[in-house]
Amino acid sequence: MIRVQSEDFDPGVEIGRFQREDVGAIVSFTGVVRGESHGERLVSMTLEHFPGMTERELERIAVEARTRWSLQGVSVVHRVGELRPGERIVLVVTAAAHRQAAFEAAEFLMDYLKTRAPFWKRELRASGEYWVEARSSDDEAAARWSR
Amino acid sequence: MKVLYFAWLRQKVGRGEETVEAPSSVRTVGDLAAWLGARGGGYADAFADLKRLRAAVNQEYGDFSVAVKAGDEVAFFPPVTGG
Repeated sequence: MIRVQSEDFDPGVEIGRFQREDVGAIVSFTGVVRGESHGERLVSMTLEHFPGMTERELERIAVEARTRWSLQGVSVVHRVGELRPGERIVLVVTAAAHRQAAFEAAEFLMDYLKTRAPFWKRELRASGEYWVEARSSDDEAAARWSR
Repeated sequence: MKVLYFAWLRQKVGRGEETVEAPSSVRTVGDLAAWLGARGGGYADAFADLKRLRAAVNQEYGDFSVAVKAGDEVAFFPPVTGG
């Protein structure tokens, strides 16, 4: 299940959707807005996306994860709009019969999401507004999954 | 064709989308970027350094050599920073 929304989400509820007897392992990753950036207090972070393409890219990444690992379920929830420090931004949940597939797939999904899904972050800090720059370390993290 | 701008490109250009009638000499994403940049002002600023930009044609990522034609939707944006 792929969702892009401005509202918050409940990780417990999302994880609970996969709890059943054929699922031996559920792994989740929750991304949270840090309260500090470039040595400054972060006032807020605003996430912009490309409606339509964002959902399609997330769907594509989820399908790719399912082809690489034997998964019983994948959920990706990503928020957009203005977020405050301490708020949840993103959730990835993977469900599998065994933990290794669930752990690896969750990491893969986050690495790919960061470099492929069209979202852009703008930070409001005490000194002004800044668009977050893409990090080469994120590209490298995604590249290690290339076959 | 329809052109979309995201993040700081949208701010520099001053709009999120527009419909343009590009001349027939505009055959690729790169041609379109150069033609838009030649409008000057915020466009020149937005398209000053194409290495900082990414593009999608009809919601599929593509490099600046991808062909474009009338009716296409072409989006320009900086490298993505979600997650």
